[in-house]
Amino acid sequence: MGRSVAAGGCTLDPVFTYVARRIVYSVPILLIASILVFVFVRATTDPLAKFAQSRDPGAILRAKHELGLDQPLVSQYWHWVSGFVRGSWGLSFVTHESVASAVSRALWNTVQLILWGIGISLLVAIAVGVYSAAKQYSVLDYTFTGLAFIGVSMPPFWFALMAIQLLGFDLRNWVHSSTPIFYSVGIHSPGVGGPVDYLRHLALPVATLSVQLIAGWSRYQRSTMLDVMSADYIRTARAKGLSRNRVLLKHGLRNALIPLTTVTAIDIGTLFGGLIITETIFGWPGMGHLFFTSLLNGDTNVLLPWLMVTATFIIGFNLLADVVYGLLDPRIRY
Amino acid sequence: MAIGEPRATAGPGAVASVGATLVEDDAALRQGEALATGTVVRSQWQLFRRRFLRHRLAVIAGVVLILLYVMAIFAPLLAPYPLNPPLTEKVLLAARHGPSLAHPFGTDELGRDQLTRIMFAGRISLLIGICVAVFSTVFGTAVGSVAGFFGGRAEQLLMRFTDLFLIVPALAVLMMAQRGLGGSVPIIIVILSLLFWMYVARIVRGVFLSLKEKEFVEAARASGASSWRIITRHLLPNTIGPIVVNTTLVVGYAILTESTLSFLGFGVQPPTVSWGNMLAQSEGSVGTTTAYLVYFPGLFILLTVLAVNFLGDGLRDAFDPQSRR
Repeated sequence: MGRSVAAGGCTLDPVFTYVARRIVYSVPILLIASILVFVFVRATTDPLAKFAQSRDPGAILRAKHELGLDQPLVSQYWHWVSGFVRGSWGLSFVTHESVASAVSRALWNTVQLILWGIGISLLVAIAVGVYSAAKQYSVLDYTFTGLAFIGVSMPPFWFALMAIQLLGFDLRNWVHSSTPIFYSVGIHSPGVGGPVDYLRHLALPVATLSVQLIAGWSRYQRSTMLDVMSADYIRTARAKGLSRNRVLLKHGLRNALIPLTTVTAIDIGTLFGGLIITETIFGWPGMGHLFFTSLLNGDTNVLLPWLMVTATFIIGFNLLADVVYGLLDPRIRY
Repeated sequence: MAIGEPRATAGPGAVASVGATLVEDDAALRQGEALATGTVVRSQWQLFRRRFLRHRLAVIAGVVLILLYVMAIFAPLLAPYPLNPPLTEKVLLAARHGPSLAHPFGTDELGRDQLTRIMFAGRISLLIGICVAVFSTVFGTAVGSVAGFFGGRAEQLLMRFTDLFLIVPALAVLMMAQRGLGGSVPIIIVILSLLFWMYVARIVRGVFLSLKEKEFVEAARASGASSWRIITRHLLPNTIGPIVVNTTLVVGYAILTESTLSFLGFGVQPPTVSWGNMLAQSEGSVGTTTAYLVYFPGLFILLTVLAVNFLGDGLRDAFDPQSRR
């Protein structure tokens, strides 16, 4: 990483060659994915479904022509993929809005959920993981383990519904408030702005997302922490007379965070297209919500780029995970 | 892969980490130990059973699962009320009643007993869970075996194919596939199976890669065994631990995913009743006096998946020759 290869006139840092190779390698994957996505969307979604009830026999033909559906499939694909690469993603069939701007707006809303979610989840998961490892087989460790098992076994949408019931309605009735403390729809109440309103809307969706993440990550952090704490250098540090807590946090935690970074990066990649349920239940206008409404409307112009964008995020964050792992762990060479 | 929400993203593959530890090696070691110390020699199966029964939670989870399956299979005999009672005055008068002795889980707006519905819904949810687990395991094992055993081009091709399946946002694809193909139970099973085979494939390939270099494979080959025989008689029996653990976990993921799909309206369609579409139908009662309609189907999903996960945990420990308890 810091070591440049000077030999043979090649001065490129190995990280860059590695990253470049991975990016080049992911191009054919994306290309094949684009073909599959195109065929798949065409096979499953009928953009003309809304004309099925139409009395005008010419309507379907006109719409077909307008949408270019009367062209052969290969040229339709080429038309779409070349437009996609150049950034002209067309208009939504339904809202007639530019797909690119709809996707980027939805993306930003999803990013807000993801940032809050991973921030809170990482803090809690690391704290729980470190505690469980330090006090293995203690009452709290067993409690956390049980909670984590419940967390991964619970349908996320059910947690969301229960959260709306308990933290939205029951809590409101309990404090005799006219408005719920935590809202369950949208980003802002109509006509209201400001950070307080924002946080009151954010709380429940972020909680839904975080429960899943914390359950998985805390178990992971616990097991890597236990691995690290049994390493020789930990015993050396203790033998040198460092306090238990200092060894735990300085030597143990810092090394145990490296694997978690990888897992976090991979999980974040899947979140961009993975919040369909959370966003649908809470009416959060992000990527998942966009997908859901577009699918119901048969809006293939939105579905195609949506699938490509989310697949790209998954590939990109997988790459990031590998690179970051190498940067943090100097034993890894590219 | 992103089956719905973040948790499922890690997938079954994340859980079943595979060591290159050999069941056979371990048995040999044990026998050696036993001869040296004069203790009883136990068969693999006895050792496995001993280790599993020590895992109290897993045993309880297994019993709970058996009870759930019994409840589902014999639902028509065990259910206290008919699934769709005629809309008589008596039935409608009992509608929208919260949990009581007569109706432990309450009744919905049509006077249907929720306990009865949960028992019948369990048939669909549990059937989907077990079928998806079996189908995806068979397919994934086949792909992983071929890739791991033969290597070379076949491996490259199959594993790139597997990677491709791993980058699709799974829930999105499931929803679109369901829209295109319809929501009958067999179709849901096929679609879900197509999205869960990759993890088994990777695991089996990984184990095969390390196993095929071992002496016992060489010995089998030297004595003229065909590739098919080596795979089915020598390699697969040594991979059974990770495969079974993974199969168990897929049951849980499949039930979770089915309920999620059905909840969004892209899964099992009414009048067929599953835990997921029961929740979809009662979504509107959140915040009303019939909120109890949301509690119980979710609790049953939670109970089932929790039991499956504990069982998988116990099986993993029991199959692990390293754990000497």
